[in-house]
Order: sequence, then structure tokens, then C-alpha cells
Amino acid sequence: MKDPQRPVYRIAAPIKNLAQRFAYMGLVVTAFALMLLGKADTVMVERVRAHVTDAVAPILDVMSRPVATANEVIDQVRELVDLRAENQRLRQEKARLLRWQTVARRMEAENGTLRAMLNFNAVPPASFVSARVIADNSGAFSQSLVLNAGAREGVRKGSVAITGDGLVGRIAATGNRSARLLLITDLNSHIPVLLESSGIRAILAGDNTDRPRLIRLPQRAAVTPGERIVTSGHGGAFPPRLPVGVVASVSESGIRVQPFVERNHIEYVRVVDFGLSGILALPQSTRPVAKPSAGQPTPDP
Amino acid sequence: MKSTVWYRLDALAKNLTPFGITLILVLVGVVPLFLPVYARVAPLLPVMAVYHWAMHRPRLLPAYAVFLIGFLQDVLTGMPIGVNIVVFLTIYGVVVSQRRFFAGKSFLISWLGFALVAAGAAAESWLLVSAIHVTLVDARAVLVQYLVTLGCFPVFAWFFLSWQRSVLGQG
Repeated sequence: MKDPQRPVYRIAAPIKNLAQRFAYMGLVVTAFALMLLGKADTVMVERVRAHVTDAVAPILDVMSRPVATANEVIDQVRELVDLRAENQRLRQEKARLLRWQTVARRMEAENGTLRAMLNFNAVPPASFVSARVIADNSGAFSQSLVLNAGAREGVRKGSVAITGDGLVGRIAATGNRSARLLLITDLNSHIPVLLESSGIRAILAGDNTDRPRLIRLPQRAAVTPGERIVTSGHGGAFPPRLPVGVVASVSESGIRVQPFVERNHIEYVRVVDFGLSGILALPQSTRPVAKPSAGQPTPDP
Repeated sequence: MKSTVWYRLDALAKNLTPFGITLILVLVGVVPLFLPVYARVAPLLPVMAVYHWAMHRPRLLPAYAVFLIGFLQDVLTGMPIGVNIVVFLTIYGVVVSQRRFFAGKSFLISWLGFALVAAGAAAESWLLVSAIHVTLVDARAVLVQYLVTLGCFPVFAWFFLSWQRSVLGQG
């Protein structure tokens, strides 16, 4: 209240009050309009989102660095504490992996011979970009990460994000220097998968919880906890046989999957362009329609 | 003459801080901390800021500033754009209209008021997001997040109050 004594202000105050109220209502109405627009024109809204994210990406990049450094220090101290046990475990693992290496070499040679016999066209090699996670938005309402690499670095919408453990998710939108990664736990994520041992096809559907559900299984399919889940490659959005997770629980309410990738340990991801466009590039009616979700929404009948 | 210009610039910079602090809290809210389960139960920092400034300095955080803050929150958290704008504006509208009631009351009353307002905000965002996705979103995480936000409120309220006293002064 600047100067209540002035007569001009005394007259202007009620008018100003009224104007403020109208402005407030106008803003609320605009917000609802934005929500409707987001439902109607996803492409435009995603573009706006990408631009704004791009603008604040450098700030987020700087802000996330001290946290990452502090975590690295804590990790190093922890590693020092159980160095001996870790060493022992790694020796055993090395011995085991050496046996696997022999098997893999033999398989590779055999595979090469067989491919030569069949005139097999090999899959083109995938290109990848490593990116750092600069924002974590995995809350109750959405499950996504923001990466510090975008179109400038060659990250493409629809690319697949993995870590050494397995599948993380899919690039939902790219800006110039940032990208939004939709996690497999997001409500909008639907991924065609296979139960590795039985070969049963299903859809892994996120519901914003830590453990996504397995749906669209055939009738009377026997699923046991501990079974490995891999991508099936159906729909052309994901390459086949990427590790996803294991069946965590089977109950009346549904089958839950524990992803291999622990979300709170994701600091860097590898964004791989397998050259798959999937349903994102399928022409629907006359013009190509880009879907906002990263997954594949419907399975083959 | 020169001193008045500086005085004005100084006052302007100070008056921008409530908006600035709230913006920074939006960014801090999405910085990855790599802690187990943290992301799911992270306190809603901007909610506290909007509540506080709406009650103590609504002139320094006008409705359009709240709109911008909600917009940035929606963009960065990947939520449907508009949800947090509506939620933050609701908090703002409710608190500003009840300012007289809170004036001069103890901190406990302010905390209680926050408990009610934040509960309403959590319910509102849950309803909006569920309506937009046409499915019932898991409400447990929302509840946990609400409780954590409520628990963190005194710390942030203390920070806002001390900022207000030392930087903004009476106004």
C-alpha cells in the first residue's frame, strides 16, 4: 500500500482490486485452457516444454554437479570399507566370466559360419550418446528424467536409453541440448516384452509405481516370480532381447516386475539409436502423427 | 538524485527475491539426489514458498508470478502443463483471501493452515492428473509426499521468515 492518503489512490483502489480479481480468474482459465490444449495438440505442447527445458538445462546441469560429486565421495568411502569382500567377489566373478567368454567365442565363430552360409544381412550397428541425468522428476504423477544431451549431440526422439543393467526408458522429447527420458515405470510407458524362458509375449505397463505391471498375457499363461523379462522387439520401437527386469510378484491383482535398473542409481545413461522408428513414424491417415508416449501403446492382436 | 536511483534499484532487487527464491526452489526440487526413494517422497518446495509469500507478501508475488512458477514446475516435472498452475493459483487465492485471519496468529496456526491448504492442493493435483490420464493414479505416493512436505514446512517457513525480516523489512 504505497500512499493511502492520496485521493486518487482511494478511488483507484476498488477498481484495482476488481481488476486483480479478473486477472486472477483469467490466469486460472488460461491454465485450464493449457491443460485442454495439452490433450488436443501434444506436438506443440511438447515443443514448448522442450524449449523451456532447454533454457534451464545449463542451470540444472550446474546445480546437479555438487550433488553428484558428494555422492561419488560417499560411494568411494563405502567402497574402501568393503574392499576385501568386493575383491573376493570380483575374483569369483572373473573366473565365471572367463568360462562364459570361451562359450561366447565359440558361439561367435559358429554364428559367423552359419551367417555366411545363409547370406544373412546383419543388423546395422547402433550409435550411442552418453548423457548425464540433470533432473529427476520421478514423483507420483510422472516418471521421467531430463538428460544434458539433446539434438545437438545426436539424441533423437524414440531413441532407447540403457545402462549396464538394462533398459531405462525411451526418449520422449528432445530439445537442442536437453532431452526428456520417459522411464519404463511411467504411466504412459507400454513396452512389448517377452518372458525369456517361456517366450510368452506380454506388455509391460508402467503405473508410476516402482514396479510396473505385466499385462495382456495370454490366458492361463504360467508365470513364476524370478523369471527374466526382456524386450520382444515387436512394434519396432525397441530392439529385441534387451534386459528389462524380473517378475517380482504374481498375485490376484496382477503381475509386478522389478526392473533391473535401480532408478535412484541412474547418474549416466547411454542413449542408443538402433535406427528403429517404431510406431512413432508410422503414417496414420495422411500425415505422420507423433505420439507423446515413448512406449508402444497397443500390442498386436 | 543518484542515491534515489540506487535506492530504487536496491528496493526492486529485494522485492524480486520472493519470486526468485520460489523459482530456485522449483529447480532444487528436480535436482537428482540419487537417494533411495527420495524422488518419490521429495517435499513439494514451491508449495511452501507460494503459501508463505501469499500470506506475508502477496504484493511481491503477484498472481502472474505464481502462474509462471506453476508453468515451470509443470514443464520440469513432466506433468501435464496446467496442473501445477491451477494448484498453485488455488493455494494463492485461498491464502490471500484468508490473510486477515492469519495475521498476528502463532506459527502453529500457520502450520495448521498449511496442513489444510497442502492437503487440498495434493487432492486437487491428484484429481486433475487422474482426470487427464483417465485413470486413477496411485494415491499412496501422493499421501507420503504430502506428509513429508508437511514435516519439512517449519524449516522452510523459518528460512522465509528470516529472509523476510532481514532483507525485505516491514512492507
